[in-house]
Amino acid sequence: MNISFDDLHKAFESRIRLGIMSVLAVNESLDFTALKEFLDVTDGNLATHLKKLEKEEFISVEKSFIDNKPNTKYSMTPNGKEAFDNHLQALEAIIKSQKES
Amino acid sequence: MKEQRDYIQDIAEIRSMMERSSKFASLSGWAGILAGIYALGGAFAAYILFGFNPDELNYTSSNLTNVILLAIGVLGLALITAIYLSWRKARSKDEKVWNATSKRLLISMAIPLVSGGVLILVLLAHGLTGLAAPLMLIFYGLALVNAGHFTISEVKIMGIVQITLGLLSTWFIEYGLLLWAAGFGAVHIIYGIYMHFRYER
Repeated sequence: MNISFDDLHKAFESRIRLGIMSVLAVNESLDFTALKEFLDVTDGNLATHLKKLEKEEFISVEKSFIDNKPNTKYSMTPNGKEAFDNHLQALEAIIKSQKES
Repeated sequence: MKEQRDYIQDIAEIRSMMERSSKFASLSGWAGILAGIYALGGAFAAYILFGFNPDELNYTSSNLTNVILLAIGVLGLALITAIYLSWRKARSKDEKVWNATSKRLLISMAIPLVSGGVLILVLLAHGLTGLAAPLMLIFYGLALVNAGHFTISEVKIMGIVQITLGLLSTWFIEYGLLLWAAGFGAVHIIYGIYMHFRYER
């Protein structure tokens, strides 16, 4: 049982970070505005969580300009995908084991 | 340590975020019903007012321009209705219609629709009027199958039905207008009613 809890990654403790990873799992890449709309959070809040995920190398950031306006696209790295999948499996394992006990 | 229901909540959250960010759910059943009614009206008007009923590939009609204008009118009306009703539905759920998913939905539909549209115009210029109705059904069907990846999967099934009707109608050119009315009219209405009862009540 304690093995499962170790598999839960600390980076995913926040609902917003979990949300970012879920959205990026099914979308190839998304810009800041799209993420903000899906997650319904403020700019600053989202930026902080994105920074954190970037530091973990779970997401990659690609900056570009569209019509002279900065546009930042975020996508999931293979690293991030692995961590997210492990996290999901750990969640399922915990729920299953708690239901049995 | 978190409670079990917290983990269940996490999983529910993940599922809902994935669903919401990859599927466009604001398409209204009423848009389908109304589009179907416009199409039936358009087909009827083309037949009654302009005597338009292609029965062979090389079909000439003195009213061809009128029929094309009528078709564009029907398409425009259906689009405006769909956009307006989607916008209203999205607003009532406090979501935006114009998001990353709807953008991708539109692009995936536009590619087959524009290529089909250009092809049909070229064929019309060569007098192959009989192929217009079947090709409209086929390319619209392809657009729907494509769009089905980004919205409810029933749209894919509707696409396959339209493609089948289109292929049938390339063989039975004389029933082109009738099959067009069946595809764009009846199928839309049936789909709209299904959507309305399945997802909106």
